[in-house]
Amino acid sequence: MNITELGRTGGGPAPNEGTDLAVRAEGLMKTFGGHRAVDGIDLHVRPGEIFGVLGPNGAGKTTTLRMLATLLKIDAGHAEIFGVDVVGNPHVIRQLVGVTGQYASVDENLTARENLWRFSRLQGIAAPRARRIATELLAQFGLEEAAGKPIAQFSGGMRRRLDLAASLITRPPLIFLDEPTTGLDPRTRGQMWDTIRGLVADGCTVLLTTQYLDEADQLADRVAVIDHGRKVAEGTPDELKTAVGDSALQLQLADPGEGSTAVETVRRVLGSDPILSPEQGRLNVALDQADRAADVLIALRAAGVSISSVSVAKPSLDEVFLALTGHETDGDDKTGTEENR
Amino acid sequence: MSTLIAPAREVVTAADRVAGARRHVSMGETLGQTMMMAWRALKKMRRNPEQFFDVALQPILFTAMFAFIFGGAIAGDVESYLPLMIPGILAQTVLTTCMATGTQLREDMEKGVFDRFKSLPIARIAPLAGPMVADLLRYTIAATLTFGMGLVMGYRPGGGAGGVLAAILLAIFTGWSLAWVFTWVGTIARSAQAVQGISMMILFPLTFLSNAFVPVETLPGWLAAFVRINPVSHLVTAARDLANRAVVSGEVAWTILACLIVMAIFAPLSVRSYKRHM
Repeated sequence: MNITELGRTGGGPAPNEGTDLAVRAEGLMKTFGGHRAVDGIDLHVRPGEIFGVLGPNGAGKTTTLRMLATLLKIDAGHAEIFGVDVVGNPHVIRQLVGVTGQYASVDENLTARENLWRFSRLQGIAAPRARRIATELLAQFGLEEAAGKPIAQFSGGMRRRLDLAASLITRPPLIFLDEPTTGLDPRTRGQMWDTIRGLVADGCTVLLTTQYLDEADQLADRVAVIDHGRKVAEGTPDELKTAVGDSALQLQLADPGEGSTAVETVRRVLGSDPILSPEQGRLNVALDQADRAADVLIALRAAGVSISSVSVAKPSLDEVFLALTGHETDGDDKTGTEENR
Repeated sequence: MSTLIAPAREVVTAADRVAGARRHVSMGETLGQTMMMAWRALKKMRRNPEQFFDVALQPILFTAMFAFIFGGAIAGDVESYLPLMIPGILAQTVLTTCMATGTQLREDMEKGVFDRFKSLPIARIAPLAGPMVADLLRYTIAATLTFGMGLVMGYRPGGGAGGVLAAILLAIFTGWSLAWVFTWVGTIARSAQAVQGISMMILFPLTFLSNAFVPVETLPGWLAAFVRINPVSHLVTAARDLANRAVVSGEVAWTILACLIVMAIFAPLSVRSYKRHM
């Protein structure tokens, strides 16, 4: 089944909608010295939604975001934000978009309060109001106690929060978040998710990139899956999951050596190949109907394959990704670092 | 959490924001943003006092060293070498100081915060020009210490306080304009180390192939020809005339002209290459 098609019809924008899209990107391209980092990506983000760009390291997520934020030149294609051409009006775009990068982009030499104050002043906010905004944002992000400390003493989570706070100074209607929770512990991550949901409740549109599939699942209204600079699928998290199969049967083989026998047996029963992780002896079987799980299990017993654990669940986006791109989500870091430069 | 502050800050629709957005940065805004960036650079200097080592130590060290090493050989004795040498050290110190501008810019650009500067609706030149405004303080310290050290060693400038002040101002202006060259190097080089290397290659010929430490007459003809067109020579001669004789010679005009040309070339080049870095 072609999931890209599904995404277009099921989750695509209504073309004759009266209002402007928050982001309209057509055929974006970026080449870094022969390596095509972004290869014709279309994105349509509606106002008021959280749109997730999902993909492994080096897929082109950050590059796409940086092009839309006027931080990188767009090699080919067209991009508009709230109807404003990105290439033609970079100064206007910078007033509409708040960018929070993968690496905290705050000033190491200043305190948290000084950072917020300075970024406010730079954007033409008068000194008394800049002070008030700094105080408000520090309170909102739970940074009051650390307000006077140099950033060097901040934890990773505090830096991220300050970074996001700095993006919100002028309350931009569109926020770009580049991997907002990469490297954060689970608790801080949950707090960040709440903050992001809060932004949308306040009327913001959020475009975020992530390599965490559950993050896209938790946060995003719609998701574009990107791999090697191309969009491989788009839709709501549920649509994408349904596309892979109604449910997934996960099997842990007692003996990883029996992997190939198990794969053959499943193929005989369902007519399609399961996904095998040979090292762990894990088998992932997409099912169009949950009750076919019984058929698979019976056939495996008959084939003498011993199983140590079984579960049937809605497929996770991990499986979606696997099914869409044919490889696991651990992309090579080499292109990843090049992209981030 | 965020709803706590919502009443205090108006919710603005995207369409209003697009309509209200400014299309360009005005001159006044550019100036204000540059001063904000200068404020940041000053804060940074205050918190990293080691940045003052070069401007503080070099004038003291070099003045003492050069006076005792070259003094006897070039001018007969240390005292009579000082009026020749102090303006030379002044030029050299100011040039070394502006070299650090490029290195520090490069270091800064490698940090995440420059990404934010780029993503903000501010003049592209502000993050470059801001630190250079703050550097005026470093030039002032370096120039003042050079003359101070000279006075301690027995230098009695014939131009008086006025002449010395004028020489210092000219040196600061020259340093500030030539710093655009190093800023440009800072935006094109791949690393801070590379900036340092390239800057040294520019700096050494400029300072040593000048009349800063030796009289031009002692040099072979081909070398003297280069020394005569070197802008640093003009600065040194102008500073000597000002500090030793309180004379505003034509050399002042040549120095200022050379500086303006350097700025007119390298300021736009720097901004262009900074923008390309995005």
